[in-house]
Amino acid sequence: MDFFFELPLWVQAALKGLAVIAVIFPIAGACSMAERKVSAWIQDRPGPSRAIPPWFAIIPIIGPFLQRLGAFHLLADGGKLLFKEDPLPGHVNKFYFVMAPLVAMIPALSTVAFVPFGAYVSEAKQVVPLILANVDVGLLGVFALASLGVYSLILAGWASNSKYPFLGGVRASAQLISYELSMTLSVLPVFLWINAPGQSGSLSLARVVEYQSQPGFLGGMWFVFLMPVSAFIFLVALFAETNRQPFDMPESEADLVGGFHTEYGSFKWSLFFVAEYSHMTVGSAVFALLFLGGWNPLPWVSLQTLGGWLHLTGHPVVLGILSVLIFIGKVLASIFFFMWVRWTLPRFRYDQVMRIGWKQLLPLSILNLIVYTCIIGGMEYFGHR
Amino acid sequence: MSNSLFYFFAALTLLSAGAVVFLRNAVAAALSFFVSLCCTGVLFVMLDAYLLAFMLILVYAGAVVALFLFIIMLLDMQGGTRKPFTKASMVASAIAGALLLVGVGVFAKHSEFAATAATLPADSSFSTDLKVYGASLFTTYLLPVQVIGFLLLIAMLGVIVLSKRFDGAEDIQ
Repeated sequence: MDFFFELPLWVQAALKGLAVIAVIFPIAGACSMAERKVSAWIQDRPGPSRAIPPWFAIIPIIGPFLQRLGAFHLLADGGKLLFKEDPLPGHVNKFYFVMAPLVAMIPALSTVAFVPFGAYVSEAKQVVPLILANVDVGLLGVFALASLGVYSLILAGWASNSKYPFLGGVRASAQLISYELSMTLSVLPVFLWINAPGQSGSLSLARVVEYQSQPGFLGGMWFVFLMPVSAFIFLVALFAETNRQPFDMPESEADLVGGFHTEYGSFKWSLFFVAEYSHMTVGSAVFALLFLGGWNPLPWVSLQTLGGWLHLTGHPVVLGILSVLIFIGKVLASIFFFMWVRWTLPRFRYDQVMRIGWKQLLPLSILNLIVYTCIIGGMEYFGHR
Repeated sequence: MSNSLFYFFAALTLLSAGAVVFLRNAVAAALSFFVSLCCTGVLFVMLDAYLLAFMLILVYAGAVVALFLFIIMLLDMQGGTRKPFTKASMVASAIAGALLLVGVGVFAKHSEFAATAATLPADSSFSTDLKVYGASLFTTYLLPVQVIGFLLLIAMLGVIVLSKRFDGAEDIQ
């Protein structure tokens, strides 16, 4: 392990960056396949179940099982999107048209740097989070970079130079700004709660998980139980920010053909979806960290407690891998929830999206903030903390 | 390394800020503004002021420029032509620009902001600590914050009055 830290700083940074791409890209691809398969299950049809390379087909039981699961469609789709012709319509603004998918990838891949994805217990009994950039302003970093994702949609819509993409771009810019406000306001109670007065404040996501793994009834409680309204607002705003149904106004195929990506094809088109799915993954990860206890296996059962039960206190690597697996499990469950909602709720109309954002969600999140500020102030005053 | 990075991003900030003024295409100008803001954010990061950098990106690059683009696209602005400047306005703007430059120069040279590395506080508590920001905003800089807030309120009221049609109030129109 030491050889990594002896490398020059920029080599370390480059390796970390490559690791992010190597993890997020396949996850996003797998999400697109999972989306198709989950849709199929919910609609009671087989879904993707055909593609299989010949050398896998001869393996007796595993081969057909993987085939029915649609496991090879990811490879087939990825190959197709890479190798098919890349159309460049004649009427587009070429520079911005090519730039839009690239702009989509930058925030999608860089937000991961601020998200802790696991923890291990060091020899000094300290819980050390696994994270690429452990800065104190973690959540702000995620929000700031994720908010730049809107530019790819605006650029794509504008550069396509035709009506439906244009409408998609206009919708995207208005929708994403509207819901960013509620999203930011909804997480403030969490940070008010964990930052007791007299201490130096922190917006670190790892700190939130640390707070949820304390002993005691209030200490071990996940924030989804303590602040259900905050969790609900955050989740709704997350759906809107990642353009998922029922909020996928920018690309609603029923009225806008394909919205902002109507004019795109082949790999440029798929980059938009890689970006969308990685936003979804990072958003689910932030939701799991803030409200679902991060890498703690169960409410009121912290990672350290689990390590004690399994006699893993002397094995930081095993416990670290376990924490990462628990965390990924939560993220996948919440991604499944995204797909489930897609086939449960019908798409909103655009005026409904705006009304929900400004007239319902925003006042609710302000009210939520005021109520929790009063509760926290009251607890301070009466000395319950 | 960090010196050359600073020069690179400072030059890019100025270049894109110039492009905001000189580009004819409104969308391209707004995007140059976006690039300029991002580079300013990078400069803040190089000063270890992470909080400031992320606030700048979140509020200005993430929301304000997106709103600009929304308005530009909604109104579907074309480049259009405008009247050439008159001689009087050119002279006036040159004098105003020179005055502004002199003012900034004097301010930078003679004010308390001309701090050197030795006079700056050694701890980098301004880098991330929210409490330091909060405390100084609510004590030392309370008046400027209130004044700016009031100015924004007035600007908002002005926009509402100018843009909204009031039925039965002909004198406003």
